[in-house]
Order: sequence, then C-alpha cells, then structure tokens
Amino acid sequence: MEFIQLIIGGVANGCVYGLIALGFVLIYKSSEGVNFAQGDMMMLGAFVALGFVNDDYFGLAFLPGIILACIVMGGVGYSMDRFVVRKIFGQPQFALVILTIAIGFVLRFVAGAIWGYSPLVLETPYAGLTFSFSGLIISAEDAVTILATIMLTAVLWYFFAFTRIGLATQAASQNQLSAYYMGIPVKFLNSLIWGLSGIVATIAGVLAASKGTIDPNLGLIGIKAFAAAVIGGFGSLPGALAGGLIIGVIEPIAARYGPAGVSQTAPYVFMLLVLILRPAGLFSQITAKKV
Amino acid sequence: MKVIFKKSYDRDIDLFRDRQTALRIGLLVLVLILVPFFASEYFLAEATNTLIWSLAGLGLMVLVGHTGQVSLGHAAFLAIGAYTDAALMNAGWPWLLAFLTAGAVTGVFGAIIAIPAIRMSGIYLAIATMALAVLVEEAVILAEPITGGVAGVFAPDIAIFGISFGRYDSLPNFYWLCLAVVVIVTFGYANLLRSATGRSFLAVRDSEISARALGINVSRTKTLAFGLSCAITGLAGGLMGHFFSFFNYEAFTIIISINLLLAVTIGGLGHIQGAFASAILITAVPQVLAIVRDGLSNIGVDLSGVPGLDTLVFSLILIGFIIYEPLGIYGRYLKIKAFWNLFPLSRRDMFRRQMTYLKTERMK
Amino acid sequence: MSLLEVRDLSIAFGGLKAVDGLSFDVAEGEVFTLVGPNGAGKSTIFNMISRFYEPTEGKIFFDGEEITHLPAHKIAELGIARTFQNIELFDHSTVLSNLLMGRHVHRKTQVIQDLLFTRKARADERSHRRRVEEVITFLELEAHRDSLIAGLPYGVRKVVEIGRALAIGPKLLLLDEPASGLSVEETRDVAFWIEDMKREMGLTILMIEHDMGLVSAVSDRVLAVADGKFLAQGTASEVQSHPDVIEAYLGTGAGGEPELKKEEAGA
Repeated sequence: MEFIQLIIGGVANGCVYGLIALGFVLIYKSSEGVNFAQGDMMMLGAFVALGFVNDDYFGLAFLPGIILACIVMGGVGYSMDRFVVRKIFGQPQFALVILTIAIGFVLRFVAGAIWGYSPLVLETPYAGLTFSFSGLIISAEDAVTILATIMLTAVLWYFFAFTRIGLATQAASQNQLSAYYMGIPVKFLNSLIWGLSGIVATIAGVLAASKGTIDPNLGLIGIKAFAAAVIGGFGSLPGALAGGLIIGVIEPIAARYGPAGVSQTAPYVFMLLVLILRPAGLFSQITAKKV
Repeated sequence: MKVIFKKSYDRDIDLFRDRQTALRIGLLVLVLILVPFFASEYFLAEATNTLIWSLAGLGLMVLVGHTGQVSLGHAAFLAIGAYTDAALMNAGWPWLLAFLTAGAVTGVFGAIIAIPAIRMSGIYLAIATMALAVLVEEAVILAEPITGGVAGVFAPDIAIFGISFGRYDSLPNFYWLCLAVVVIVTFGYANLLRSATGRSFLAVRDSEISARALGINVSRTKTLAFGLSCAITGLAGGLMGHFFSFFNYEAFTIIISINLLLAVTIGGLGHIQGAFASAILITAVPQVLAIVRDGLSNIGVDLSGVPGLDTLVFSLILIGFIIYEPLGIYGRYLKIKAFWNLFPLSRRDMFRRQMTYLKTERMK
Repeated sequence: MSLLEVRDLSIAFGGLKAVDGLSFDVAEGEVFTLVGPNGAGKSTIFNMISRFYEPTEGKIFFDGEEITHLPAHKIAELGIARTFQNIELFDHSTVLSNLLMGRHVHRKTQVIQDLLFTRKARADERSHRRRVEEVITFLELEAHRDSLIAGLPYGVRKVVEIGRALAIGPKLLLLDEPASGLSVEETRDVAFWIEDMKREMGLTILMIEHDMGLVSAVSDRVLAVADGKFLAQGTASEVQSHPDVIEAYLGTGAGGEPELKKEEAGA
C-alpha cells in the first residue's frame, strides 16, 4: 500500500518532468533545435501564473489567471524564437544550445528581479484537498497533475498527427528547403511551436508550483527533464512523457529503498545506462547519414 | 598586404608563420614573466586566476573546438584534478609528482568516460556530460575520506626544493609556476595541431565518415581526445585547488561547467587563442562590472542590491556574440586582421556564412 | 589477377533488397565502371566495399584477402580509397590540410612524438608534404593550396575530393560519380586524369558514372546494374546497346538506340 502511494507520488512528479520534456521535444521535432531554457521557461511560467493568481499580486480567479499566464508565456515563447532564435537561423545546432543556455540565465535574472529570490507559494483553489480511494490517499495536486498531463498529451498528439499545421511542422522538420518550396512558412511555424512550448511549460510550472514552493532556481529541474527526454528518445512525444514518468518513479523508490544520496543520482545513472545500451533512447529514432 | 615567400616546407610546418610572429609571441611571454614586478598584489592574483582558467579553457578546447565533442560537464574533471592533487599532497607526496599524477588520473578517467561517450553525439553527448557533472558532484560529497565531504579540503602550500611557491606566501612564485605550466601545455597543444594526431582530431570533428574512409580509427581518436582534454583540465583543477587553498564541491558545480563551455565558445572555438580569450572573459567581466557599479553608485544609481548581475551581463554578452559573431572574440580578431591585411581591397561579404537548411538525418 | 572480387553480394534494408546477389571482378590496372539508373544500388555497393554497410550475404575479396567484415578504417590501410558522391571534405580546413589528412595511413609517429614534435615528427611531416605536393601538381591545385574548402567552387571541391583519395597512395580507387555537376571542360579534365592515373600510377579504378561520354572514353569494362541485380557486362558500347539495359533506362518498346549512338559520337 505504501509502495503504491510512493508510485502515485512519483507518477505525479513524473508528469511534471514529462511535461517539461514534452515542451523540449516539441521544439526538437519541429526544427531539431534544443531549448536548454525549457526548465527556466517553466519557472517563469509558474511565476507569471503566481503573479496573476496570488492575492498579493493581481488576485484573479484561478482558471482565468492560469489561462492568462499561458497566453503571456505563449507570447514569450513566440517572441523568444521570433526575435532571438530566428537570428541564428542557419547556424549549426550547437549555437542554439549555447544561446538557449544564456537565455535561461536571463530568464532566471528577470524572475529574480520581479519576484525576488525567496520561495513563494502559488495559491491554488484545491490546496490541501485529498481524495480517499480504497485505502489510498491521493492529493488533489497529484490528481490534477496526472489528469492535466494526460489531456495535454492527447491534445498535442492529435495536433501533430491530424491538423494541417501539425503536418506542415513535421514536413519542415524533415527538410526545411523543400518545405519552403511547398509554400510552408517555416520560420513562422517554428515560432508557433516555441509559443506552444511556452504554454506547455507554463502548465508544467503551475503543476510543479502547486506541489511546493517556487524560486528562480526551479529551472534546474530542467536538467532532469532533459534526462527524461533522452531516456524517451528525442523525437518521440510519448517517449518524452514516458521518460518523465520513469524518472518520477525511480526517485522515490531509490530514496526509500536505496542508500543515502542515491535518489539524487539514480535518474542520471539510469539515463546513462539507457544511453549506453540504446544510444538513441528507448523509443528511439534511427539517425543515419546517406553518403 | 603581407606576402610571405616560402622557400621550404618548413615554413608551413613551423609553429610560427614568420620571424615577426615568433618575436611577437616571445615579447608577450616576456611581458607575462615581468608582470609580478609592476603589478599590485590584487592584479597579480587576478592574472594567476586568468592563467588557470586559460588552462581549463585549453583542456575543453581540445575536445569541443578541435574534436567536435560537446562537454557540458568539464568542471567534473577540474574537481577530480583538484581533489587528487590535494589528497596526494596531504598524503605527503611532493607537489610535482602529485600534480602530474592528478593530470594522469583525470586523463585516464576521461578515457574511461570516452568508452560510452564515443557512441553518443551531439545533444545526447551534451546531456550525458551534464549528467556526469551532477554525478561527480554527488560522488565528491559521498567520498568524504578523500574529499572532506561537504566541508572540503585544504590544499597544502607548494614547495619545491625548499623554495616556497605558496599562493599566499609568495604569490609571484605561484604565478610563475602557473605561467610555466600554461606555456608548456600550449606548446604541446600547438605541436599537436600541426601533426598527424591533431589532423585526425580535426577530421573527426568535420566529417567522421571521411575520417573512417581515410583510415582514421574514429573511436581511438575520440578516446585520445577525451584523455588529453581531461588530463589538461585535471592539471588546471590541480592549480585551481592551490589557488583557492581551501575548496569544496561548490567550486565545481554544473554552473561552472556551463560557464566554461559558454566562455570557450565566445572565446573562439577551434583556436588556441580562443581559450585565452575565454579566460580573460571569465575573470574580466566581474571586475569590469564592479568598476561600473562603483561608477554608477557615484552618480546615485545603486546596483549593489541586485544579485545575479554578473551572470546577466555574461549571458547578454554571450547572446550578442552568438547572434552577431558566432566565431567568437578571436574569430572577430581574425576578421579584422584580414580586413586590414587586404585594405582597401577586402570584400564586404568575405566571411559570409552559408546557411545550412535543416535536412534531417532522423529516419523514422 | 583480379584485384577486387565481389561474390554474391546482397544487402537488404528492412524489406527492401538494395543489392541482390551481385558478382563481378575488377582486374588489376583496369578502369571498371558501374552504370545503372538511379537507385540501382551502385553507391550501396561502394558503401559495402568501404565497409560502411554490412552486407547480408556474399563476400568481398581484395588482393586475395577477404575484407567483407573488416572495420571501416582498415580499408584505407589495405590500399582502397574512395570519393563520395556528396562531397565529404573537411570544410573548415585548407585544401592542403585536407590532402595531408589522406596521408594518415602512412603515419609513423606515436602521439607522444607528435606532442613534443620530435625530429622524427618533423621529418615525417616533410615527407607527407612532399607526397601531397605530387598530388597537387598532378591535379593542378597549386592555386588553391591554402584556400579554405568552404570558399571554393563546386568543381574545385570535386577535384580536391579526388586528390584526397589519391593522397592515400591507393591500389584501388573508388570514384563515386566523379563528373556529376561538372562542366564539359571539367569532365574532360577528369577523363584525362583517370587515363593518367591508370597509365602512370598503375591505379585500378572502380567508378560509378552516369555521363556516358566519360564512361565510353575511359572504361575498359562496364557493368550495368538495375534494382541491385546484374544486368549486363562488357565494353561500353556492348553494354549501351544491350536490350536489357535499354529497357531498364527507357522502358519497354522504346527505340532508344539512335540517341545513344549520338551520345557516343559526341563524347
């Protein structure tokens, strides 16, 4: 029973990691770009939501506040691509890695400048609520996290597989020059995906904030999310989520049953094992260069 | 425009293009040797810090700039070098032996890391090295007997043949020691680049497929690159430990790794000089910022309460460079030099980069 | 004596059989050309000889030794050099540097000698440079010696690609579409170079080519492949007029003969 309790908590954590990884993989799938600022975008999203919802600030009702935060962060994500990342269009992938790491630092500074560096709490309407379930106690935060993640993943999957924009994005991610020739607005689509990624990051941020406190260093969770994306395999949306869940579950199990200090390192050790045995991730894509 | 009339292959094989360049470098080294005679104690300490960071930059440059393998976790190797050096000296070993062993141990560690790392590339390698950095941070805390756990260790003062090279006792001596190490390593690095080994590194960086077709054992080359890179970084770590005198795991966090990579990139990837530019950037930005802050507070603007300003400025500089000068500080210097060499005949788009449109190599 | 022997070579990618039971010999000192429509598996055959792909069936012999399962980097040591269809030069290095990379199989120094740049390392560098200069003279690349690859026109890059393969000092040279993308004059230069390589350097050349003029001008024997399978073998004119070959290129019922004859005359 205690074990299942652990698992549920781990799954909820894993959903947060998975959502961050999802935002990360979204951008990778659309332009093979890596956004190392994804964790910090999540952090900023959480703070923006706090800014709209908390009584100390704007004090709006919860759902409208979150929606407003999503819109704002969608705009931030879009602008990041439109005004900064687009300027290095055509440079190798490494340049984007460096650029997004730097942007992450800047986002952290902005959050610290506006909201300070002491931990703050996001006021959610369901704080402290729990559900009882044949002996299991599930906190409302965990339940909301899991449900929201499932819904969001389904929406994104549908978007990519069935809508015109989704298909156009997939085309652009495979051959940009050809996509241009077909009339696909490649750069605009890229910015759109970054905006979408910002929204996903915000939701992840709100869910993470509901389970604890937030401060500008929250973005360091991003490193674990990258590990999740690697485990799942970079080109796979469900893989990203699966990777997040795996890490989310490994952590409490390692903490409970392993020696001291292992819980911090277990996710990374697992990731390294996956990389050694299956270098392209569990749901891997094959990459090959045709010569 | 300078025309060099080459009369033998040696002109191309030599380290320096012509006598003037050799003289200029010689002059630079001479000036560096004379620094302790006319610099304040504070400036001398900063100069020593810059030298040590150049060494770290050189180590990372071998791997990233010349072999194309991304490492976001190089502070881990600084840590291994620092702790090994301190531990051996605390066990009674003489400095030179401890120092070289620290470098060798870190190099071997790097070669072991290479075994899985060889099979990864690009973003996977970057994230794997990040994970490595986090793991080493944890391992350092857990290995208390050697590393002093959370508390840290004390690196004993260096003394060779009775002469003190301690960082606080005789800073000039310590400075000259670091300078000597940097000069020797740079010499080896430059030799590497003009030889067959260095060319094989460049081949692996630019086209692994061609490299294989030319008979280069890519796996062995990458392992060698990792080993050399980590060895040099380990040496830098050893010196860093003595510079701090007392250090713990917080000196080698993942943020340090990231900062090192960022700095080396803006310094100028693929050039030895880029490593030196990166070190100057790392040590100069906080100093310049402090001066600016003082200046601003004189006119009433108080920025002292704003934390994280150093990192912000560093990041903004970075973003500026990535967007407008991806070749880095040394790359910009080369462009300016080329402009003046060809003046007034240089063409405006001489360094225009070809855009690479994404053509995915993913096949599923 | 056959320098290269390919026996029943097959490779399948998933369900697609790219090369199906192909066998052929290349005699020492001859110029042997593979022709065939696009997608016939010609580059795949090259990739199997250079060991980038693992064949599912069959064997390859070079100079009497079986090389079917050797690691890719051993091939150059044995004396097989290749060029790539989409140029795979080292973009950020000079032409000279690229050609010097070709001398890797002949290096005699250890890493430590390189780090200290001993007299032996310097002597080695001089000898490598001497050999590379011979290649530069042969291919008339003197003007581009110190130019970065990134700034060179396509035609020159193709020549550098050949030069890098020559720098290895191979016994067998695999040329993957040496004339694609080249102008008429440049193609004629390639034809002369192939002739010189054969006569003066005693090289054996295995070539993939679509330009029938070049094929007729330099080839001793031609092998036509389609869908990974053997189609016809013989001299250039024999293969060109072979009914199966015409069908593979132009489809059934096409009276393609007059056109081919015109190409031959204009070569």
